[in-house]
Amino acid sequence: MGAKVDIDVGYVAELARLELDEKAKEQLQKELEAILEYIEQLKELDVSGIEPTAHAAQLCNVWREDAAGKTFPREKMLENAPDTIDGELIKVPQVMPGEEMS
Amino acid sequence: MSFDIKKMTIHSASQVLEKGETTSSQLCRLYLDRIKELEPKLHSFLVVNETATMRMAEEADKRRASGKKLSVYDGVPIALKDCIVAEGQTCSCASKILQNVKSPYDSTAAARLRAKGFVFIGRANMDEFAMGSSCENSAYFNTANPWDTQRVPGGSSGGSAAAVAASEVPAALGSDTGGSIRQPAAFCGVVGLKPTYGRVSRYGLVAFASSLDQIGPITKDVTDAAIILDTIGGHDKMDASSLPSPCGGFADALSKLPENLSGVRIGLPAEYSEAEGLAPSVKEAVRKTKETLRKSGAELVEVSLPHTKYAVATYYIIATAEASANLARFDGIRYGARTENPEDLNACYFKTRGKGFGKEVRRRIILGTYVLSSGYYDAYYIRAQKVRTLIRRDFEEAFKKCDVILTPVTPTPAFKFGEKTADPLQMYLADIFTIALNLSGNCGISVPADIDSASGMPIGMQFIAPALAEEKLLTVSRRFELDREIKEFIPAI
Repeated sequence: MGAKVDIDVGYVAELARLELDEKAKEQLQKELEAILEYIEQLKELDVSGIEPTAHAAQLCNVWREDAAGKTFPREKMLENAPDTIDGELIKVPQVMPGEEMS
Repeated sequence: MSFDIKKMTIHSASQVLEKGETTSSQLCRLYLDRIKELEPKLHSFLVVNETATMRMAEEADKRRASGKKLSVYDGVPIALKDCIVAEGQTCSCASKILQNVKSPYDSTAAARLRAKGFVFIGRANMDEFAMGSSCENSAYFNTANPWDTQRVPGGSSGGSAAAVAASEVPAALGSDTGGSIRQPAAFCGVVGLKPTYGRVSRYGLVAFASSLDQIGPITKDVTDAAIILDTIGGHDKMDASSLPSPCGGFADALSKLPENLSGVRIGLPAEYSEAEGLAPSVKEAVRKTKETLRKSGAELVEVSLPHTKYAVATYYIIATAEASANLARFDGIRYGARTENPEDLNACYFKTRGKGFGKEVRRRIILGTYVLSSGYYDAYYIRAQKVRTLIRRDFEEAFKKCDVILTPVTPTPAFKFGEKTADPLQMYLADIFTIALNLSGNCGISVPADIDSASGMPIGMQFIAPALAEEKLLTVSRRFELDREIKEFIPAI
């Protein structure tokens, strides 16, 4: 307990693709340090030889038929898109920096 | 019509419809009027679509009139938490990033309700992406507690619980990842059931933490919880984690309720009664509940859940890790809000997500990303999964000695707005009694048990049963509901 935690919120926010202003970063830095210190208590426990639990339902290898199913109509799926090209394609911002696309 | 809307349940609504004493249209109109009257104070709903509701009600009436009712519940209204999708309805998860998104399909839970004729009356408010314990994280507005509008309804299914408690609707669906059904149910004096993990399909439930999330009912009484579980539970091929075991007959089982609890062993975990910050009124409620159960013929036994104190820490690693992966899909590309004129794709991601997510969601995404990041994965995530095993084993051991475990739902009755928002950790600790069974997968229920004399707020008790033992859980809860000292929990509003 009380071990210094070394989270760098700015770096982690970049991994998570989240833009944060300086004020938000500072506040999060403080909050997350406190939360991580609380979490440190798990280190008191001896977990050697314990199997990890990934899921509450102890199911494995759930298969389905490899068969074509119903799909949603394109128009319906595109209704929620922020921007489309002729209602047929999702329009996205430029991916690679550089020349403007025509 | 001679009925009291404040006491109306799914089963009593079904009765008046079956007897022809009212129609679904009349019933839904009554509820819509009550919503109109109370919403300025409560804000339980993000969206109420009168036209769509009345259309569904009229269809139900036509079916009944022509002898083609879908079930005895055809025409009974219900509310859906805003993270459970229904075709043609908005689904924002109370987030700006999904503002105006309309679902093109029904969740399995919604489809199964629809198949029995339930009418969808509105989208219940919640903490954004189900992250929170007070409904104060909704990006739109706070929902108030119908017992005292200065207080929170709990969360994250706060809108669902407030709407049911205030009789804006007889029942609602919520979702529970760490207590999000049971805690608001306790704060609002209604019943909240978290079924065994895998009982109810997660298809169409917007994912928060996939290994913990479970849909369940928030209702006026235990019988209604059984009716809803009968309706929405059972295997679904659209959710690979859905359990193949048969699920149903719970309401039938309650209709043959035993007159007492003789032969039932109720486990009392010592660790829970000694928990830090447990309010005297909650301790008193536990004492009264034990007394009631003893009088009902149950045997009370001591059990131990020694790893409970690690549940919150374990949960905040596992839940945030899963959330950071699940919420990666919200990037402003295919649906939802997108930032204005981003210079390129990366800026689009950063700005859309930075603006679109609220404070708590950002906090959890960052924590989750951190515990999964290179160099920390083993120390945090794998260790938490191992502690999860220890927590699961605690329950397995305890259930060798008892049939059902009794604990408080929350350390205190509902708190006031703003009381815990400054310190996220304090807010997380409000879930200390509910979180462990999301990690273990057990089923649990919150049943109103007492009223705090100082604040006048309701206090809930939690019953926990082994995986798939909902019948036992509901039987004990229903017996307790009938035998408890205070018979009815109806706020003055």
